[in-house]
Amino acid sequence: MTDTLLAVEDLYKAFGALKATDHVSLDVRAGETHAIIGPNGAGKTTLISQLSGTLRPDSGRIRFGGEDVTHLTAAARSHKGLARSFQITSIYRDFSALDNVALAVQAHAGHSFRFWRDARRDPGLRDPARAILDEVGLGARADVLAANLAHGEQRQLEVAMVLATKPRLMLLDEPVAGMGAEESQRMVEFLARFKGKQTIILVEHDMDAVFSLADRISVLVYGRVIATGTPAEIRANPDVRSAYLGEGGQ
Amino acid sequence: MPNRGRLVTIVVLLAALAAVPPLAAVFGQPFYLDLFRRIMIFAIAALSLNLILGYGGMVSFGHAAYLGIGAYAVGILAHHGVHDGFLQFGLAIAASAGIALVIGAISIRTSGVYFIMITLAFTQMLFYLGISLEEYGGDDGMRLAGRTQFAGLLDLRDPLPFYYFVLAILVAFLYLVHRLVNSRFGMVLRAAKSNEGRTRAIGVSPYPYRLVAFVIAGAMCGVAGALFVNQTAYLTPTFMSWTRSGEIMFMVILGGMSTLIGPVLGAIGLLLLEDVLQGWTQHWQIILGPILVLVVLFAKRGLAGLLPGSGRDD
Repeated sequence: MTDTLLAVEDLYKAFGALKATDHVSLDVRAGETHAIIGPNGAGKTTLISQLSGTLRPDSGRIRFGGEDVTHLTAAARSHKGLARSFQITSIYRDFSALDNVALAVQAHAGHSFRFWRDARRDPGLRDPARAILDEVGLGARADVLAANLAHGEQRQLEVAMVLATKPRLMLLDEPVAGMGAEESQRMVEFLARFKGKQTIILVEHDMDAVFSLADRISVLVYGRVIATGTPAEIRANPDVRSAYLGEGGQ
Repeated sequence: MPNRGRLVTIVVLLAALAAVPPLAAVFGQPFYLDLFRRIMIFAIAALSLNLILGYGGMVSFGHAAYLGIGAYAVGILAHHGVHDGFLQFGLAIAASAGIALVIGAISIRTSGVYFIMITLAFTQMLFYLGISLEEYGGDDGMRLAGRTQFAGLLDLRDPLPFYYFVLAILVAFLYLVHRLVNSRFGMVLRAAKSNEGRTRAIGVSPYPYRLVAFVIAGAMCGVAGALFVNQTAYLTPTFMSWTRSGEIMFMVILGGMSTLIGPVLGAIGLLLLEDVLQGWTQHWQIILGPILVLVVLFAKRGLAGLLPGSGRDD
């Protein structure tokens, strides 16, 4: 499987004088886990935001599944199969875990101009949501208010919501951020189960996670991609070593 | 359905409202019939505001507009000799929904303070439009030419049937809001309030859902306006004054936002308090103000939060 699912072509985005995305081109192949790494301020989240549609690039193109999605809204891209998790956990804190996932299921089950039936008693939403919670290991926590879940559980819940939209490409922005060693190990094992089955773009600071999950890695420094390659190639790349891996001993 | 405790609270409250007319008759105090009918009309207005404010997160500071539109629809038709309730209420609903559609379509593109200011501005426009309508009383307002009649069914000139008509509408709207906020539509509306970015990310653009909620709320408040002009038997632009919008909003906050029964409790609480304090002193607002501040500070979930079986949601 070497078909290109996502092609980023000469993407450019500046905030004033700061070139956050400086003519980035990038291919993501169907089925691969493609990690994007880089020091703080390299523009990783800015890039993800342009891919998911929350930020508009100044120029360049984003093609997804052969289709130009550069000008689609975030909501429209979700329906094309692009799903995103956020660096800062983004869930519905005042809803139960099950409600959270059921909402994501509902968002992809036709329009929501249905005014009368109780959505919380709709097996068409609740059953798939429950199955996904079981899959991510939150089955026993289904009725807990999302705000009351542990931090790691909230991250898992967000991934569950991403899965509920049946994405063709998952954009995961630092899924193990703020997790303890054990939690983060569990998340890495969980994400490893998708290897080869699901296309993933993974932005991550945790190098253990990156090197154990990624099929390919792109290194972003000051808004530019300075290298793309397999984990072994990236480790051996002298530019990367000087620009990033050597720096601060991360 | 609401949980058992909440359901019991709602049933007791509605039963108490239903018992007001016989009790008022027994004690020879027909004034209370009038007072509680007024309270229920405001409860309907507050209930409609709660749909967009409490559940939708849209801080509309111009909800009195729809009260005014409903009132003017009835008043203008009556002025021209049309007293038929189906026509009057039909026009009240259609006009308030239509104007809510226009105001909402523009306002909902903004958020935060801008949304508050733009909804206020639209309502001020309608307020001054009311003042400029010399034919319909202008600044001074005009007497309602005659109360609404539903031919052969109901005549709002009779205080008692009028009272139970208002109660029936309140009950119907409570049930309507309960169904709405728990439906798929309501879940999206509440989700967009809870976390707009997440809602877009899962593939839902909140705008059309918010707009539909805004129109439904406007139409419901239009009904309250049609009832209100029958209550006062007098039509004036002050129905749409910005202080009126504030009053309705306060009922929602006092009673408990995003609770079903909160707006009803808020309307009862605020208007009863007003009534009692007015009996004591003409400077009653000096006492009312601090009481409201204390409630907001110390009962964060409003009066509904103090009741047994309280909780947000449905």
